[in-house]
Amino acid sequence: MSFSQNQSINNSKRLAQSVAFTIFKLLSFLVVAILIVILGFILVNGASVISWEFLTEMPKEGMTAGGIFPAIVGTLCLVAGSMLFAFPIGVLSGIYINEYSKDGWFKRFIKLMTNNLAGIPSIVFGLFGMALFVNRFGFGDSILAGSLTLGLLALPVVIRTTEESLKAIDKSFRIGSLALGATKWQTTSRVVLPMAFPNIITGLILSVGRVSGETAPILFTVAAYFLPKLPTSIFDQVMALPYHLYVISTSGTNIEASRSMAYGTAFILILIVLIVNLLANWLRRYFSKKVKMQ
Amino acid sequence: MNSIETKDVHLYYGDFHALKGISMAMKKNQVTAFIGPSGCGKSTYLRCFNRMNDLIDGVRIEGEILIDEVDINNKNILVDDLRKHVGMVFQKPNPFPKSIFENVAYGLRVNGTKDKTLIEERVEKSLRQAALWEEVKDKLKKSAFELSGGQQQRLCIARALAIEPSVLLMDEPASALDPISTAKIEELIYELKENYTIVIVTHNMQQAGRVSDSTAFFYLGELVEYAKTKTLFTSPKDQRTQNYITGRFG
Amino acid sequence: MKRYFHNFGERVIEGVLTISGTVTSLTVLLIVFFLFKEGLGIFNQSPVAEGSAIVVNNQNPVKELSAKELKEIFDQNITNWKQVGGQDAPIKLFRIDDITDYYTEEQIGKDFEYLPQRLSEVVAKEPTIVAFFPEQYLAKDFQGHRINLENISVSEFLGGTEWYPTIQPAVQMGVLPLILGTLWVSLGAILIALPLGLATSIYLAEIADKRVRNLLKPVIELLAGIPSVVYGFFGLVVIVPLIQDLFGLPVGETALAGSIILGIMALPTIISVSEDAMRTTPRAMKEASLALGATKWQTIYKVVVPYSMSGISTAAILGIGRAIGETMAVLMVTGNASVIPHTFLAPVRTIPATIAAELGEAPQGGMHYQALFALGCILFLMTLIINLSVDFVSAKRKANR
Ligand SMILES: Nc1ncnc2c1ncn2[C@@H]1O[C@H](COP(=O)(O)OP(=O)(O)OP(=O)(O)O)[C@@H](O)[C@H]1O
Ligand SMILES: [Mg+2]
Repeated sequence: MSFSQNQSINNSKRLAQSVAFTIFKLLSFLVVAILIVILGFILVNGASVISWEFLTEMPKEGMTAGGIFPAIVGTLCLVAGSMLFAFPIGVLSGIYINEYSKDGWFKRFIKLMTNNLAGIPSIVFGLFGMALFVNRFGFGDSILAGSLTLGLLALPVVIRTTEESLKAIDKSFRIGSLALGATKWQTTSRVVLPMAFPNIITGLILSVGRVSGETAPILFTVAAYFLPKLPTSIFDQVMALPYHLYVISTSGTNIEASRSMAYGTAFILILIVLIVNLLANWLRRYFSKKVKMQ
Repeated sequence: MNSIETKDVHLYYGDFHALKGISMAMKKNQVTAFIGPSGCGKSTYLRCFNRMNDLIDGVRIEGEILIDEVDINNKNILVDDLRKHVGMVFQKPNPFPKSIFENVAYGLRVNGTKDKTLIEERVEKSLRQAALWEEVKDKLKKSAFELSGGQQQRLCIARALAIEPSVLLMDEPASALDPISTAKIEELIYELKENYTIVIVTHNMQQAGRVSDSTAFFYLGELVEYAKTKTLFTSPKDQRTQNYITGRFG
Repeated sequence: MKRYFHNFGERVIEGVLTISGTVTSLTVLLIVFFLFKEGLGIFNQSPVAEGSAIVVNNQNPVKELSAKELKEIFDQNITNWKQVGGQDAPIKLFRIDDITDYYTEEQIGKDFEYLPQRLSEVVAKEPTIVAFFPEQYLAKDFQGHRINLENISVSEFLGGTEWYPTIQPAVQMGVLPLILGTLWVSLGAILIALPLGLATSIYLAEIADKRVRNLLKPVIELLAGIPSVVYGFFGLVVIVPLIQDLFGLPVGETALAGSIILGIMALPTIISVSEDAMRTTPRAMKEASLALGATKWQTIYKVVVPYSMSGISTAAILGIGRAIGETMAVLMVTGNASVIPHTFLAPVRTIPATIAAELGEAPQGGMHYQALFALGCILFLMTLIINLSVDFVSAKRKANR
């Protein structure tokens, strides 16, 4: 028997493969190219706008000049507020699901609901936040209402990361601790959580990125169109970067004149995402190196 | 005096009847070995003594288990107190990702000991008992993961000893170790029985012969034969024991 | 004592954890409650703007009109009573401002004190009139009868083709164009994203070497991290003008622009979910195929892709879900015209964009507000269906293995 019997079939098989692989490769690089174009376009156009004044001054002249300081401060407030809410509850909830709850309908129900919450569109969170926090609780358009709304949005993300980080920890550590007479909570807090911490923190950082860019949930719960002063309490309205970008690029007093402001704002938003991703990647690598050393 | 005594213990994993009416007593300051083919219920039975089976959903236990004459399934027994009293060493060494010192101190800390000097004393004492002190005394702050497998297992023994249990349960403690480490562990068991009641599960018949005073042979969830180790290995009464120790199945 | 305290502490902690564990479930239930409570209020309400009256002459046999008919009448698309079941007579429209055609300012009164009387007279005088004015000017002994509008029904709401939630004299609350607009844009998005995403995931899972993969993965993660408003902005300043020039359109804000942006936004989801699915293909299965002389490519499309089909469908469903719920980017690039879509080169309006654009102006508790919440309900149900089908597909996948 000779290997060259089906030379022509073999050749066409090879050809099909190399054509297919080339197409896939090109399409994959197209995806990368899209990202590079978007990032490049905004970073190049935005970079020239960025200056100390842009970052630290109030908007001026119908938001066609000046800076975006109040929007930066507003976004920081909202991120801090929402994380203050979502992080503890999310981590505790993740601990409950992975460490405490027994298999059964209740656990299944909670997991199903968490999944569903993760799938609800952000505008629906906006509606809900408006109905409950702004109107029913009477918080009005405020940092409080906006942070709670954003916090609910981030909750499933935090829960899932916590759950996954805990799941990755081998059972033997828990059993070892329990066998020494540690209680469940001692085991969780002294052995399991410290081990899961790096992954949890990475997830937290990524959800900060997500929250800082969300617009729809804050439209009706906190965001101010133009408010050239800083908040003094959690019941104040604030400007926020994503909403500011939306406003000045679609409905500002003079869209053309505020275009450069818009590029600058988009630049800052992208910068936040880049920093958050780099930080998360760096942490991941840092901690995994540490584990390897052990 | 009996350190552990069980009366007609049945255990079910859901519908599966894993232990079928086991009654036996283990003497204080003696080493008792459990042998038997894989899946016969040795580990399950061992885990009854510190109620580790509580952690598995759907487990049901019947019968009485007495440790130092106290019924451990009594409602008034707090399971963490029980586990302080009954230490356990696992098949695979499972140190915590903490320093060597903190691994040994862990049991003390979770049980409320705050006194620093007491903890230091106790850590040193346990490490010496576990024959590890000389090897680690200069690197107590180093991560426990930097130790070899055999050292890690001795560390886990030290960790169990630090809370001064009266019973020490060992589930195949040497099966993941090289011969030299195994020999060290066996030596250690011999020394420890002065102060502890030791129950060890092993697949290694020679090991059972070397370290134990009594041996129990389990088969399909039943206790087939329980006797002085010498007697059991030289003149087993039951045909199944005979078959197992001569290597005809298992 | 200490022991009991200890035990008590454990109980407290367990309680706190349990409560935290139920927060998400509680939130979902609350969301459902509030959405539907506000949203369902829209039904069985008269579509006539609150505080307004619509009246005709006493002789006129027409007693009821639908909101749609009324709008057509006032838009002068319906001009004869015959068309709405009356006599053959042209319809005479009357708005409150038209009163000056009949009476002088003195006759109406300085503070409109005679206005109710005058309105009554006009309606009595004109047999073919239909008049629309504020209810407060309806005289006690009014000479004419009020037209009842049929209440807004579920079928009208879902099947209506006109969305004019604030117009006079009767609001038009037909959400069909919005639903179809949402689906249309999402369909376009998935048509763009699925081939691109699948190709990329195949490349990443099976073809690319580790180095390239490690380079591409973070890039795709980054794509997922960019805020939707930035995508919207990019679409607005780059894609929209491009489409306008390319197709020579009057405006570039089109369904196509929305689909392109949404497609890009759905890519990371589709890529990572389907790549994960392909990675679970057992090595032995692939090796068996290769050992039979199949090329790598044949192995991919005959073994790997069929094996991970349910994962790929999950990816597609999740991608659609992402597109359906997306708000800001769509709001910024699709032009927001509430017409039933028939081409990708015209503006459309989606449900999320409608809510985002209009909720700010809708007075709390009013009909418009309620209608927007009802839209929220529809959106919620759409995503619920998506979530449940994802659960269903992945449960089936688990069962099959
Ligand atoms: N968590 C569990 N759930 C259900 N069945 C279990 C569980 N753990 C053990 N079993 C079953 O109980 C029986 C006894 O298991 P056990 O682990 O006690 O065996 P063993 O004698 O220790 O075996 P080995 O020598 O392999 O360690 C086995 O048939 C096993 O399948
Ligand atoms: Mg075992």
